[in-house]
Amino acid sequence: MSVDGVATHAHPSAPGFPAGRRPGPWHPSRQERQEALAALAFLLPGLIWFLLWTAYPLLKSFWMSFFHWQILGGSTFAGLAHYARAFADPVIRTALENTLLYAVLSVPGQILFGFLVAALLDSITKGKVFFRVLYYIPVISSWVVVSLIFMYLFHSEGLMNYVLVDLTHFLPRHVPWLSQRGTALLVIALLGTWKGIGWSMLLFLAALQGIPSEVVEAASTDGAGGWQIATRVKLPLLRPMLMFQVVMLTIGAFQAFIQFYIMTGGGPMNQTQVFLTYMYKQAFDFYDFGYASAISFLLAAVILAISVVQMRFFRQDYEY
Amino acid sequence: MATAASPMAQVRKQGLSRAALARRVGSLAIYALLSVGALGMMMPFLYSFSTSLKRNVFAFEFPPQLIPLHPTLQNYVEAWTSNNFQLYFWNSLIVATLTMLLSLVVASTQAYAFARLRFPGKNAVFMLYLITMMIPSTVMILPQFVLARTFGLLNSLPALVVVYVAGGIPFQTFMLRGFFESLPRELEESAYIDGANRFVIFSRIALPLAKPALGTLAIFSFLGAWDEFTWALTVINDVGKRTLPIAIRLFQGQHATQWGLVFAASMIAIVPVMVVFVAFQKYFVRGIAAGAVKG
Repeated sequence: MSVDGVATHAHPSAPGFPAGRRPGPWHPSRQERQEALAALAFLLPGLIWFLLWTAYPLLKSFWMSFFHWQILGGSTFAGLAHYARAFADPVIRTALENTLLYAVLSVPGQILFGFLVAALLDSITKGKVFFRVLYYIPVISSWVVVSLIFMYLFHSEGLMNYVLVDLTHFLPRHVPWLSQRGTALLVIALLGTWKGIGWSMLLFLAALQGIPSEVVEAASTDGAGGWQIATRVKLPLLRPMLMFQVVMLTIGAFQAFIQFYIMTGGGPMNQTQVFLTYMYKQAFDFYDFGYASAISFLLAAVILAISVVQMRFFRQDYEY
Repeated sequence: MATAASPMAQVRKQGLSRAALARRVGSLAIYALLSVGALGMMMPFLYSFSTSLKRNVFAFEFPPQLIPLHPTLQNYVEAWTSNNFQLYFWNSLIVATLTMLLSLVVASTQAYAFARLRFPGKNAVFMLYLITMMIPSTVMILPQFVLARTFGLLNSLPALVVVYVAGGIPFQTFMLRGFFESLPRELEESAYIDGANRFVIFSRIALPLAKPALGTLAIFSFLGAWDEFTWALTVINDVGKRTLPIAIRLFQGQHATQWGLVFAASMIAIVPVMVVFVAFQKYFVRGIAAGAVKG
């Protein structure tokens, strides 16, 4: 299992199979040329598809961010105006704060609970599949549906208010969860946590099962108990997986859109906007495609910066 | 004997050592924790399922009932027969099925070329795929919209399929390449020496061996398309071309207070997903463990 292989180069070639070609001019033999032609035939459908619908839009989006883009033609050059505007836009600032808050509130919980459940599941034999399925179901459920479910649970007359106010008297009065900034972020982060625990659990479980049994046995003969084995032996070995999850979940959190779009729509008064809801609003409420493109590129830059920092922070090589 | 009544002594009588007892209690505690957690995870589904079985006046009844006092299937009947709902269901099914089939073809041919064939520019193209995997797909949504408009694809199901397949290409190629590389190459080599061409080797030898990975890919691409919201929201305006996520969201908009109806529609949309997941969960686990899809 090479989960963190995502960011690395293609691994070294298998015997008798040179990966790629050596640098220098290409002087193919007839057989090599045939092979390259066959490869072209295999590659072409997907490559054209990818270039047209992914690579080109990516470049085009960058291009658009420098124009006052008119969808029907007649776009005029804007230079860095959109970027300048973004840096001065108070809503962008709110969106950055909200996005960061959402990440900070939802990522640790997913990983913590994901790990706990994985550790528990790793120690049982019967019913493993059953529990794994139950914990994973929120992950495969549509964002639209789970957003609606949480809207209903946190409705001002809903179940959560009943439990927290009427039943337990934990809070003095019913809370309008989704119509004020702080509680809305809290509820949406709770939704994000709940939905993501299963993903984290499954990855940790796979990693735990990938730990060579000799390592665990050795610790056990040295007199380590179950808890010590878990925290002193297994946890350090899970570090690369932990890093992978922190990076992926943070990227995911920064791309949050559907849950915010459905549950608050960025309101009231833009207070719960995140990058993508605001981008979407600029694009499809105001048809300002240039500004929207600039926002989405700023988001991509933020994501890239955060992933690089996180990878640096966590970098530490472990050998089994 | 004075100690005869103590629990430990009884346990000893039954032949259980102290360690075995501790183990049994520990494992009981683990199951208890897991069950409580699982119940918590399922609670939002259970409660909204319960609401889907209640008449609308009971959606915010006081006190809330987890088990409906007067259960009814009326919401399901109404959801299924109203507002073009069946049409949306078929739209989703068609889009997801086409996405899955096309993804299988495109990703497997590409992955095979990357895994087994030598050609110039191979590493460069592969790096390009890896890079785009890191970029949020929403960055591309505006130019994709413009492109779809240029091709006259706005408001059409093909616009959905085209973008869903494109979005899956980098990751699926990456995943399948890894799988092809893990297969033993002797079979393919001997077939090649026997004079079989590469397309025959691919379709007759490599593809059948890759069935488990193809199964994983099929499920992921199907569910991805079935659940996708943002692009469909962007490109579909026509009432008749909506997919389920869009329809359910609008359902909630139109029937703001009819939660029973909204959840009946939601259940119709997510139950097939859950069934597929439970039936094929082995493949899911394999795919996700390979570093697959994030939630």
